[in-house]
Amino acid sequence: MMKKLDILMVGVGGQGNVLASDILGEVAMAAGYDVKKTDTLGMAQRGGSVVSQVRMANRVWSPLIKEGEVDILVALEKLEAVRWSHYLQAGGVAIVNNLAVPPLSVSLGTHRYPSDEEIKDTLRQRTNHVYFIDGTDKAKELGDIRTLNMFMLGCVSPFIPIDVQIWKDCIFQRLPSNILEINMAAFDKGREEISNVNLG
Amino acid sequence: MKKLLSGNEALALGAYHAGVMVAAAYPGTPSTEILEALAEFDDIYAEWSTNEKVAMELGMGAAYAGVRALVSMKQVGLNVASDSFIAASTTGINGGLVAIVADDPGAHSTQNEQDTRHYAKLAKVPMLEPGDSQEAYDMMASAFDISEKFDTPVLLRTATRISHSKSVVEVNRNRVAPAKQANFRHDVEKYVMLPVHARLRRPLMEERLVKLAEYAEALPYNQIIWGERNLGVISSGVAYQYAREVFLNASFLKLGMTYPLPQDLMRQFAAGVEKVIVVEELDPFLEENIRAMGIEVMGKEFVPRVGELNPLIVKESGCRAGLLAEPLRRQKVALSQGLPGRPPVLCAGCPHTGIFFVLSTMGQRSKLLDAKGKAEKEGKLIITGDIGCYTLATYPPLRAMDTTACMGAGIGQALGMEKAGVGSKVVAVIGDSTFLHSGITGVVDAVYNKAQVTIIILDNGTTAMTGHQNHPGTGISAQGKKTEAVELERVVRGIGVEDVKVVDAFDMKALRTAVRSSVDNPELSVIIVRGTCSVRLRKRSGQRAVDIEKCDDCGTCLLLGCPAIQKLDGQIYIDATLCAGDACTICQQLCPKKAIGPVSGKHD
Repeated sequence: MMKKLDILMVGVGGQGNVLASDILGEVAMAAGYDVKKTDTLGMAQRGGSVVSQVRMANRVWSPLIKEGEVDILVALEKLEAVRWSHYLQAGGVAIVNNLAVPPLSVSLGTHRYPSDEEIKDTLRQRTNHVYFIDGTDKAKELGDIRTLNMFMLGCVSPFIPIDVQIWKDCIFQRLPSNILEINMAAFDKGREEISNVNLG
Repeated sequence: MKKLLSGNEALALGAYHAGVMVAAAYPGTPSTEILEALAEFDDIYAEWSTNEKVAMELGMGAAYAGVRALVSMKQVGLNVASDSFIAASTTGINGGLVAIVADDPGAHSTQNEQDTRHYAKLAKVPMLEPGDSQEAYDMMASAFDISEKFDTPVLLRTATRISHSKSVVEVNRNRVAPAKQANFRHDVEKYVMLPVHARLRRPLMEERLVKLAEYAEALPYNQIIWGERNLGVISSGVAYQYAREVFLNASFLKLGMTYPLPQDLMRQFAAGVEKVIVVEELDPFLEENIRAMGIEVMGKEFVPRVGELNPLIVKESGCRAGLLAEPLRRQKVALSQGLPGRPPVLCAGCPHTGIFFVLSTMGQRSKLLDAKGKAEKEGKLIITGDIGCYTLATYPPLRAMDTTACMGAGIGQALGMEKAGVGSKVVAVIGDSTFLHSGITGVVDAVYNKAQVTIIILDNGTTAMTGHQNHPGTGISAQGKKTEAVELERVVRGIGVEDVKVVDAFDMKALRTAVRSSVDNPELSVIIVRGTCSVRLRKRSGQRAVDIEKCDDCGTCLLLGCPAIQKLDGQIYIDATLCAGDACTICQQLCPKKAIGPVSGKHD
């Protein structure tokens, strides 16, 4: 058993952040860990920053992770990866979906969206283990952009020493049958993809 | 059986297993999911009440009739329900009555950051505070027992980080069969609060508190965990979890019942350690009560009283207090500061966007921002707002809201401004659910006192912001049954408003005509803007796209603030995955160059 693992999953409202991190929590519980999991959604249903924190260990006290102690940062959007980069511990793992969703202030021209180089440089101040993944493209190839969250879950899975069957069982239990097949394919695809990606 | 449950799910399951028969609530983050979960059980009665006050009164009635009743609300909901809550404390109950109230430290989704614990003292009722989902589940059983044993409503206080955190729960009970058949026994001295009866109840309330304080001494939720004796930490709720993680070797007094406090237990704890620090979120509620007992403690001089705590903040507090030697490692990463924010926005296809664009442009607020994000200009309309998704119209580029205070306040505020004699026309904007919650009495006042304002009711057919709960206007009950729908136009006409218009939320021309005509009318007028919430659209078709040949980059479409209309590297485009398409089309109606239309042919 691992001593502890703290995972931060960030994205934009509507990307499926909460569901994916729910499943991550259920996977950890099924593997015998104590788990705490919390989401910060802001006040609206969609479009704002979404942050989910999942903690697993023999005994977990706080549902909130301390800044600088995150083991794995999973970002469904690039700007959100940078926004939370200071939570990552030195030498941790960052898995970043190569997608830019410009906030309103960028569209209105009052703020600038950071360049890919700036994003990578910022993350590299914390760690060399930065994986940039074309998750949105892969989800589109699979036929539904909404499978991005399961694709990213697949990308994270090899970094967590829990049997792959437990992951699949939890996805199976959680998703409705009509979308199960495509999402399971997305999980497999993500798991495969991460092993082919060069550190970015 | 082990389950990963949120605090709210655990509270609901705990109440169900404790034999609750009647549950009532008005939606409010972070409390909403409690009633949603209870509504799933078809062997109890669960309802969305018109507002929290009605919910509390429903709970009182059910408890008077001898069954177990639960009401749930967010912290500001208890302000609305406080009159009934304190009345319930005065009369006492019969069947158990538990009020779950969810605080929001950090004001993640609330107009203030008030600390509900003061209500326990004010209402003279016992208060329980779970520290995780397991305790949330377990405490519900105790809460009903305490309520019936001491003839009092029980306040169960939760907070965002308890309600919206999931943790492992050992579900080890089944539903206990409701002990009593509903049956009301006449007892005017108990239930009719004539002053002469209220005076009889007063000493009983004080005696009750004394007995409760004795009971708290042996309650297992109040627990000493001895560690090293040089430091003792007194804490409760989620703050205990943070403290436990930070003060690794200290002794702890964990309080699960935080009013009234177990005085002997606290004295025993304080005597057993060299010094004591109280770690609590928000106000120094425990600290002041403990100090009043003559126990010397550290507290709010080190632990912030504003905002949500977290382990790092508690650690910093410990360092400031000289209790932790370990130096802090807090390195900011360059660029993670000063990034473009991503505040919540009105969704693509939102039925509120069109009307606020009209108010914004007619009020001469809207224009493209300059490089510094400024487009300051005094509006020509005064727009008093209310609580709901539409409060987001405050942000640029719409900037179409001047006030937001609490549920239903916008209408009264508009009347006050008009009666005070402001030069501008005043428009009050309120959502359908909020109108039914507490806007109706404002309209009655407006008719009675001959107000000259315009009231706009934004009817999206749901309580959208909290996650699409039904309300009296939808005709569907909390448990999914078809019921009578309260029609907004009949309500306002019935009150006596003559000028009532109903307008399609996605017809820009009709919206502009209606607002113009109502604002020009010197008498009271009401506009009901009706359109389906885009999140509830089942099927999306006809997503719009920008024809770059025709687009001259004027930026008019960007003034809608629609998140689907984006601009990156100088190019305006519409994100087809967000666009509501045929259901909306307001950007197409606005575009001066006719550069926006349906995506033709194949998909992107």
